[in-house]
Amino acid sequence: MDRVRVLVVDDEADFLKLIKRRLEKRNVEVSVAPGGREALDHLAGQPTDVVILDVRMPGMSGIDTLKEIRKRYRETEVIMLTGHGSVQSGIEGISHGAYDYMLKPFNIDDLLERIRAACERARLKKAERERA
Amino acid sequence: MTDTSYTRLRLSLMLLTLGLSLVPLFALGFVIDSEFRESYGDKLTSNLKLVAHNKADALDVFLTERVVQLEMVAGMNTLDSLSNQQALELVFDTVHEASPSIIDLGVIGQNGRHVAYSGPFDLRDVNYKDEPWFHQAMLKGLYISDVFMGFRNFPHFIIAVKRREGGRTWILRATIDSDIFTGLVRNVQSGASGDAYLVNREGVLQTPSRFGGKVLGQASLPAYRPSGDVDVVRWTEDGTELVAGIAPLAHTDWRLVVIENQQEELSPLLRAQSLIFGLFLICALMIAAGAYLSVGSVVKRLQKADKARAAMDAAVVQSNKMASLGKLAAGVAHEINNPLSIIRESAGWIRDIINDGELGESTAVDDLQEATSDIERHVERARTVTHRMLGFARRMEPLQEDVDLNMLARQTVSFLENEIRHRNIEVECRFDQDLPLITTDANQIQQVILNLLENAIDAIGHDGCIEVETRPGDGAVVMDIADSGEGISPENVSKVFDPFFTTKPTGEGTGLGLSIVYSTLKKLGGGIDVRSERGVGTTFTITLPLVHVSIPGRQEESWTE
Repeated sequence: MDRVRVLVVDDEADFLKLIKRRLEKRNVEVSVAPGGREALDHLAGQPTDVVILDVRMPGMSGIDTLKEIRKRYRETEVIMLTGHGSVQSGIEGISHGAYDYMLKPFNIDDLLERIRAACERARLKKAERERA
Repeated sequence: MTDTSYTRLRLSLMLLTLGLSLVPLFALGFVIDSEFRESYGDKLTSNLKLVAHNKADALDVFLTERVVQLEMVAGMNTLDSLSNQQALELVFDTVHEASPSIIDLGVIGQNGRHVAYSGPFDLRDVNYKDEPWFHQAMLKGLYISDVFMGFRNFPHFIIAVKRREGGRTWILRATIDSDIFTGLVRNVQSGASGDAYLVNREGVLQTPSRFGGKVLGQASLPAYRPSGDVDVVRWTEDGTELVAGIAPLAHTDWRLVVIENQQEELSPLLRAQSLIFGLFLICALMIAAGAYLSVGSVVKRLQKADKARAAMDAAVVQSNKMASLGKLAAGVAHEINNPLSIIRESAGWIRDIINDGELGESTAVDDLQEATSDIERHVERARTVTHRMLGFARRMEPLQEDVDLNMLARQTVSFLENEIRHRNIEVECRFDQDLPLITTDANQIQQVILNLLENAIDAIGHDGCIEVETRPGDGAVVMDIADSGEGISPENVSKVFDPFFTTKPTGEGTGLGLSIVYSTLKKLGGGIDVRSERGVGTTFTITLPLVHVSIPGRQEESWTE
């Protein structure tokens, strides 16, 4: 299987630095973006399998970014990250087309598992589209 | 409002009610009494005047009759005929028979000597030419004397009429029996201490007074100015209030004095007054009792309403406090979760480096592993706190389903069986088998019961008892969860539902459990109460309505990203 290409979007630079290092250590190709607009710019130039998107960000919010991604890149899966710790914000993300959500702080292995599951779904969707 | 304030309020209302009721009542009583007394007094006075007037008239009639009798005898006979002893005695017998009060008859010549006399005394040779009454009679033609002792030496009075016959003048004189006259006067006396007598112009008694005044003695009347009609005189004698009606007689200077004892005459009025006073007293007592009972009832209701309002205010304050703290908790939790993520990822990154063997093998690596574990453990602990805070802040519409509280409680107790056994705690369940189903959110109620049971276990520690009881309430079901722990101090009982209030050692309790329980139950339309006694234990009583209906517009606040 090809290396998974992940874009992590969060306004916390330290968080981005750490998550990038840790996922890369787990054989994931990681790009980072500090906000929604930067994320959309990145996606325009770089094919990406999974976007890990923080819900609460200054400027363009996570939910607005998600809506744009869903509109432009149907095969890219999105996993929402929320510091609220509530199911509700995650459910809101899913209702707008996110694949899954995770509550902060999380276990890196749980995140990796979800990334892989998201990739699998992206792959199936792609295969299905090609068949069609 | 303190107890003293209620006492003051009760007193003020009592005084106001009594004042507004009793003052008009007593004013009315006073007016009735004074009016009644005055009109009764007036009536007594006019009655006394009438009696005196009528009796004086009667005495006048008596005297007039005697005078007319004598004038008829004098007019129908001549001096010569009456000078005949036998003829006079015949006339006297006739007169005496008609008027027994006339006890003798005498014919007196113009020289003052008795020409003839018929009566019980021997007065034939008596000469009256020096007697004042003889001259008066000769002068005026009619003379009625005052009572005097005279030759007879007993109280009597005389009536003399003058007759002119040709060139001769003579007088027919009669003695009037004082006893008969006294009897007439005494008929007027009324009551036990009433009196009636005749006095002359100088106040000398003409008939005896009932209480010691003998004929020709001085009457004990106060000075007064005669008006020519019936006079009324009042005075006090030996502490007795007396009133006299004094009526003048037409033919003489005599006055008829009718005396009444004021108190005695007023006794019917006094009896009526006592009756009225008694009635007023009963009315006043009834008003006082009514005021006491009604004011007591009003103040009691007020006290109850104030208490209910205070409880409601406290509930509103608590609810507002919860809402504010909920918002605060949500904000704080979110802000903490982000740095927690970074800390956790930092620790994870160190662990990744160690696991890759990049640091080689040394004791420092072991220390680093341990430190990383500590960081992760404490991040997890902090995460638990923030998630609970967010759970506290969350406001989600509860589900509506039929819930068997007994079953739910039994199931929840079973979750904690291992812990209970391990701590040697006995759980006694007393479930009402006829407990109705309630429509509520089973998961949230289970969280509540779980939380309360965990608290009970923590309160006991080891070796104790937890009692779980269910029972039907008024449109609700009630559950008691009682532990045999140390109990909560009185100063802490009121704080147990406050967020972040805990008595557990630092790091062991978030202080959010009971406040979540509180807000959950409020959200479900129920409530919670706590009773605790040091050394005996603590009982939490939760109440849940049979059906909880969400009121539109009162939906609990929610938050969004």
